[in-house]
Amino acid sequence: MPTFVYMTSCDGCGHCVDICPSDIMHIDSIYRRAYNIEPNMCWECYSCVKACPQNAIDCRGYADFAPMGHSVRVLREPEKATISWKIRFRDGREKDFVSPIRTTPWGSIKSPADYAAPTTAAMNSQQLAHEPEALKIDALPALSRDRFKQGLI
Amino acid sequence: MFTSNPFAELSASVSPTIMQIYVVVMALLVAGGTLIDIIHKKSALYFFSNWRKSNVKATQHVGGGKMVSLAVQTAVVDVMASGEFCNVRRRIAHLLTMYGFVIYVVTTVIMVFAYPTPRTPAPANLPTLWYIGALMVCLGGYWFWFFIRVDVAAEGNSPFRFVRADLFIVALVLSVTFGLVWAYLQTRGNATWTTIFLALYLIATTVLFGSIPWSKFSHMFFKPAAALQKRVAEANGTRTNLPPPAEAPKIYGRVLGQPRHY
Repeated sequence: MPTFVYMTSCDGCGHCVDICPSDIMHIDSIYRRAYNIEPNMCWECYSCVKACPQNAIDCRGYADFAPMGHSVRVLREPEKATISWKIRFRDGREKDFVSPIRTTPWGSIKSPADYAAPTTAAMNSQQLAHEPEALKIDALPALSRDRFKQGLI
Repeated sequence: MFTSNPFAELSASVSPTIMQIYVVVMALLVAGGTLIDIIHKKSALYFFSNWRKSNVKATQHVGGGKMVSLAVQTAVVDVMASGEFCNVRRRIAHLLTMYGFVIYVVTTVIMVFAYPTPRTPAPANLPTLWYIGALMVCLGGYWFWFFIRVDVAAEGNSPFRFVRADLFIVALVLSVTFGLVWAYLQTRGNATWTTIFLALYLIATTVLFGSIPWSKFSHMFFKPAAALQKRVAEANGTRTNLPPPAEAPKIYGRVLGQPRHY
């Protein structure tokens, strides 16, 4: 279900533009409100729906199973670490769902900027930043340099 | 400079009556432009349709006293404190621009109508307030337009990019900037440049008040109505179809940092 924006609720803050992994949430050049430029390309991740501080973004159901009259509304409460969904069906039934966003307090996860800058040796290694300690394991297997191009020739 | 009434000095070359007629015409343009905007966008129709839908679905009755309380909350929090904004930088920029514009317009009207010539000297505080209001508009407006309006690095746009959504803010800051430059040049006694900047000031001001059907100017009238509707929907239980708050304790706190965006 791709997303759409209620233009009267949106204040053009750009949270959705920043968070959209598909880069299809844009700011309209006439009204300075967010809009989904290409619903066909929407991943339906609902990041924008959940991020919107004005609750101005909803999901539009596909026409074959969600004709006019339905609604999908989301309430994010970061202080409670919950996200609630309210689904209203076209026959008037309503269902509420509550899910946890996370299980650790906000700010308790180290930011990438809080880690030390990698050394030259670390940059040249086959391991990603802060591996293997960040994976909480002792070591990762590594290929020797003479086997790098094996299979390419 | 900050204590001299620029409109009284202008009366040496332009009749105060012409200035007063110009201000009245601008006020009529605001009223007419806002009405055209409401009719064209059908915003009033949308507002009352939503209001009726909300009343039909209401699960709790909102009495007269509660409605007054909601209206006061809207006026104080959403309008006077720009409570709608989730981004602190946008909120400060908006407050500067909004209060600056109000001070600037009110002092302009008072000086043009009550103290139009040097024979009716304005109290020293009045021109000072005019300058303070104009500078607040410039500070908030330029901050918004160059640094908050759009994430130029992410979008690959020029900070000078001009689109229709910018019509209101650009006309506003240009009008005020040209007004300030004109007032300064007038005190310096440079007749040619004073006339040029007076013309630019009048053009920018006319564009600001005359372009309401195409600009964001009328948001100052319909945004408070939308904010009131949001509060009423919260109070009457419809909550614009949003789910009820989760039954979970507030133990995780708020997100520490706001992302640096628009």
